[in-house]
Amino acid sequence: MASMRDIKRRRTSIQGTQQITKAMKLVSTVKLQRARSNAEKSHNYFDTMYRTVCSILARVGETDHRFLKGNDSGRKAVIVITSNRGLAGGYNSSVAKLVTTNPDFSKGDIDIYTIGNKGYEILHRNGYNIVRNLPDIIEAPTFADAMGLTNILLESYSSGEVGEIYLAYTFFKNTVTHVPTLLKLLPVAPIDEDGDGNVDSIMNFEPGDEEALDMIIPKYIAGQIHGALIEALASENGARMQAMDNATSNAEDMIDDLTLKYNRARQGSITQELTEIIAGSQALNG
Amino acid sequence: MDKFKLRIVTPERVFYEGEADMVEMNTTEGQIGCYPGHIPLTVIIRPGILSIHEGDEVKTAALHEGFAEILPDSVNILAETVEWPDEIDEERARAALERAKKRLESKTDDLEMSRAETALQRAITRINALK
Repeated sequence: MASMRDIKRRRTSIQGTQQITKAMKLVSTVKLQRARSNAEKSHNYFDTMYRTVCSILARVGETDHRFLKGNDSGRKAVIVITSNRGLAGGYNSSVAKLVTTNPDFSKGDIDIYTIGNKGYEILHRNGYNIVRNLPDIIEAPTFADAMGLTNILLESYSSGEVGEIYLAYTFFKNTVTHVPTLLKLLPVAPIDEDGDGNVDSIMNFEPGDEEALDMIIPKYIAGQIHGALIEALASENGARMQAMDNATSNAEDMIDDLTLKYNRARQGSITQELTEIIAGSQALNG
Repeated sequence: MDKFKLRIVTPERVFYEGEADMVEMNTTEGQIGCYPGHIPLTVIIRPGILSIHEGDEVKTAALHEGFAEILPDSVNILAETVEWPDEIDEERARAALERAKKRLESKTDDLEMSRAETALQRAITRINALK
């Protein structure tokens, strides 16, 4: 059995770790609340944007627009949104898995844009071609950041470097459920109309169809990226909160276990001392 | 049908949601005003004054960028930036106006020029919205 001193030292060390995990849990709880209220506020825009674009696309009918048809390039661009810091359970690795385990993605022909250092590290280690890492964006996502990234991507799409653009992020369903999601941004997928009834009326564009779609689609994509960033931030903090909560309660279990062992060892040593004293005195008297 | 539903959203918030009799805004094709029963139309917004007419009340706001989907019974405006007059910092807007003017005078490359132009338009819109 380990000595009393060893057990005590181990228990103190676990208590120290527990204090850290407890503090991190509190911090991420506060951050989660803020991120969640941001997510709720931006959800409206995200939603309205999606519905509007759906109804525009449903009404526009057949079109050869470049954003809807795609180009011949076989390369795919994937935006991977992860966190900059670890200790968030499986949060980062499940996003990375969307890329590494996807049968449609072969290492050779995808270009990765990472937002967040963790995703960069994982995918870089696995030998993926990383075009850009933008770790600062995830700290405080703004619409301008999303627009900047959109412009970079649209440029490589328009020049025919890449034919499809995907977005891998974590959808924030609620505090405990976060769903790693892969979304196709471009070409804009034909959307199944949910039977609105409005579809028969034809949408008019001012200026012409082409120009209007040219201007709306980038905004739509930037909106999607911005929404994804905000959702990802909320998910990250949710995941970290959960991971730290588990770590804290695991530490509690270990401390309980060690306390029991320590007391047992203490009692054992007292019993042993007593036995020795009694044996000694008996030897003297005998 | 004498009113339509108006909804103005930005990435940060829902700016306006309610009924309106008429709404006016500036688009790439010029100033437009729309009444209920408009044909389905999608327009791209240029910086300008947005005015919402509801009953006898007219609300104005500075609308900078985005697009609008107009349907017979509703208008959805997806704006990147839109501000009520009381949210505008007049001094900042005037300073921005001066800065943009100076940049336009010191003609540099095209990208710089178009940026300065956008900044100028924004500043002018903000100042107009205050009047």
